[in-house]
Amino acid sequence: MSFKRVPQKFPATIKEVIIGAGDKTVTLGGENVLPFYSFDDKIKNPPRVGVEVSDLGPNRDLPELGKFYAGAEKIADVAKKACTIPGADFISLVLESADPNGANKSIEDCVALCKEVAAAVTLPLVIQGSKNTEKDGQLFVKIADALQGKNVLFMSAKEDNHKGIAVGAVQAYGQKIAAESAVDINLAKQLNVLITQLGIKHESIAMNVGTAAAGYGFEYVVSTMDRIKLAALTQNDDKLQMPIITPVGEQTWAVGESFKSEEEAPAGWGPRESRGIAMEVATASAALAAGSNAVILRHPASVAAVSKLIAALV
Amino acid sequence: MALKGLDIFKLLPKTNCKKCGNPTCMAFAMKVAQGGITIDKCPDISAEALAQLSEASAPPMKALTIGAGDKVYKLGGETVLFRHDKTFVSKSLYAVTVCQDCVDEKLPKIKAVDYERIGERMIVDLINVEFSGDKAKFLDTVKKAQGAARTLILEVSDADAAKAALDLVKAEKPILNGANESNWEAFNKIATEAGVVLGVTGKDLDVIYDTVQKLEGAGNKNLVIDVGSVSIKDAFANAVQIRRAALKDQDRSFGYPSIVNLSKLAKGDDVLQTALASVFTLKYGSIIILSNMSYAQALPLYGLRQNIYTDPQKPMKMEPKIYPVNGADENSICAITVDFALSYFVINGELERSGVPVNLIVSDAGGYSVLTSWAAGKFSAGTISKFFKESGVEGKVKSRNLLIPGKVAVLKGELEENLPGWKILVGPNEAVGVVKYLKDFKG
Repeated sequence: MSFKRVPQKFPATIKEVIIGAGDKTVTLGGENVLPFYSFDDKIKNPPRVGVEVSDLGPNRDLPELGKFYAGAEKIADVAKKACTIPGADFISLVLESADPNGANKSIEDCVALCKEVAAAVTLPLVIQGSKNTEKDGQLFVKIADALQGKNVLFMSAKEDNHKGIAVGAVQAYGQKIAAESAVDINLAKQLNVLITQLGIKHESIAMNVGTAAAGYGFEYVVSTMDRIKLAALTQNDDKLQMPIITPVGEQTWAVGESFKSEEEAPAGWGPRESRGIAMEVATASAALAAGSNAVILRHPASVAAVSKLIAALV
Repeated sequence: MALKGLDIFKLLPKTNCKKCGNPTCMAFAMKVAQGGITIDKCPDISAEALAQLSEASAPPMKALTIGAGDKVYKLGGETVLFRHDKTFVSKSLYAVTVCQDCVDEKLPKIKAVDYERIGERMIVDLINVEFSGDKAKFLDTVKKAQGAARTLILEVSDADAAKAALDLVKAEKPILNGANESNWEAFNKIATEAGVVLGVTGKDLDVIYDTVQKLEGAGNKNLVIDVGSVSIKDAFANAVQIRRAALKDQDRSFGYPSIVNLSKLAKGDDVLQTALASVFTLKYGSIIILSNMSYAQALPLYGLRQNIYTDPQKPMKMEPKIYPVNGADENSICAITVDFALSYFVINGELERSGVPVNLIVSDAGGYSVLTSWAAGKFSAGTISKFFKESGVEGKVKSRNLLIPGKVAVLKGELEENLPGWKILVGPNEAVGVVKYLKDFKG
């Protein structure tokens, strides 16, 4: 007897969000199957890989990373160089130095940097803020104005600042946003409801449902994403059909496995850089298998491996 | 589960005799349907009904054991496709493959990965021994691998070599992975005689399915399915469809654990291998064979596995005790948190980043997060001072500075009353703020 295949068909699809402009765009979402289940139906758009570029510059203490960005002194040059990584689909600029509890760089300086980077890159642009909700709220609106027509995605709109960003950046200037919540399907849905109630269309909203490094409570990330995709596809819940974008690099490079030097680490752990890459790659791959439509990574070797994985599975 | 309580009830004697330990036949039927009790606990059920129900109420996926002594591993027995539906029960096992030419070089590296994470010892669980055409050399390699004190997988489709290898190691209950559509009869005999689990493979799902059915027809249900190495895409499609057919579509011929051989699929690309191992840890790889296992790969993979195979109803817990961070001694400042592993990891990571020596005291809080355990009364001034006394914190540290999470600042006053001599310091609300707090802190 031969095996009876029962493809899983759903009455719904994940909505598409396009970022970038002109001939350089990427589309997130659009699939009507579970992650990588190409045997059930064709996956419309493969998951995408973004390269994280901090406005503090790359960590040149990591030999391979330092070598890759050698000669790129200005952030715009770093971003331009990041576009050449095989498998890179978009650039994600992180405005870390805007943090009022850190360097507290002025909004004008941040806007100037964004303009410079936007002019230099050959891939679509995602802008990550300082993690300070108040500052980000003001910042994103100004950047949205300065980058009119670039169709950038702002990470992240949270419960406390989504209103201003939705109105000031999305409605006013046609940019995109990612709704950020903390690893909980109900919080994710609630924020999507609030944003759509402001009149923002599906095609402008992605979501960042939160993440952790592998081994650090990642089961919550998996179950949150599993449940979101199942609700979106089986129940046709249009408040959960936004594509998911997951900033993996910032989490994975902050855990002990990735930041301890070979001297600080337990014996046998080996060079720091390969540990950080493995942590970034393992976490990103699991996030994709659980339902992320895009991941943001820091290391060129991670970008190469994860994009290879995607190409092999789609 | 295929059967509803009512379907089972119809076939019971309906005498409410209570001999099964349940008040009524209906209650018994409901329990059987949920898998809480087996149908044979009814003493008066007819043989005919028993046969009918045993077949239908059998678990959708076989649970097997491999290995012997202290190296016994459980495979399969899964009941759900997504961990939030209930829980995953048998964690993925990681294996490293060896061949006649690389065994001497690889065995010491396999043994080198050995550490503990949240109470679980992390090692390369299994060693896969590949047959490369020469029986004598294969047997020699098997003997060497046997010396590494790991449960083995014998990857061999030559019946003669398989039999000879099993003669050496069958007492240790390895897996014999080598049956296919052409040799299944001979391999069935060899595996059954040795009493070991048999691995089955084929070029596609139809061939595999057909061979499994033939083996089942011959009475062998002690099987694992090798999802094959035609391509990464095929291997993933096979792993998912096999598991889904068993658990969702009740197709018991695919109700077996799986083997995924990444040493063949990743083709020497170690970073891609890490990516694949991560995907198959989530999606249905019961045994994942790698070409090597470095600490760099092990740390995220074992951590991920530990997360995924946590019972959603039982959070991961740390052992309550004092954890010295950054080389803390008895005079270093103390900080307290709860025993929920995630809370511990977050604060521990930030403390490490600060570089300041700290005695991190993990208090028994029932495995919940800071706010949850506080709300449940498990992380209060009373429980903390009780824990201090019971575990003799005051005899172990000389510092009398105790940093508490900012979210439970309300505990400060009561703690100062309960712990005389201690200075209670209120930390930041979020763990990330502790780096700056400690750097600015002047004893």
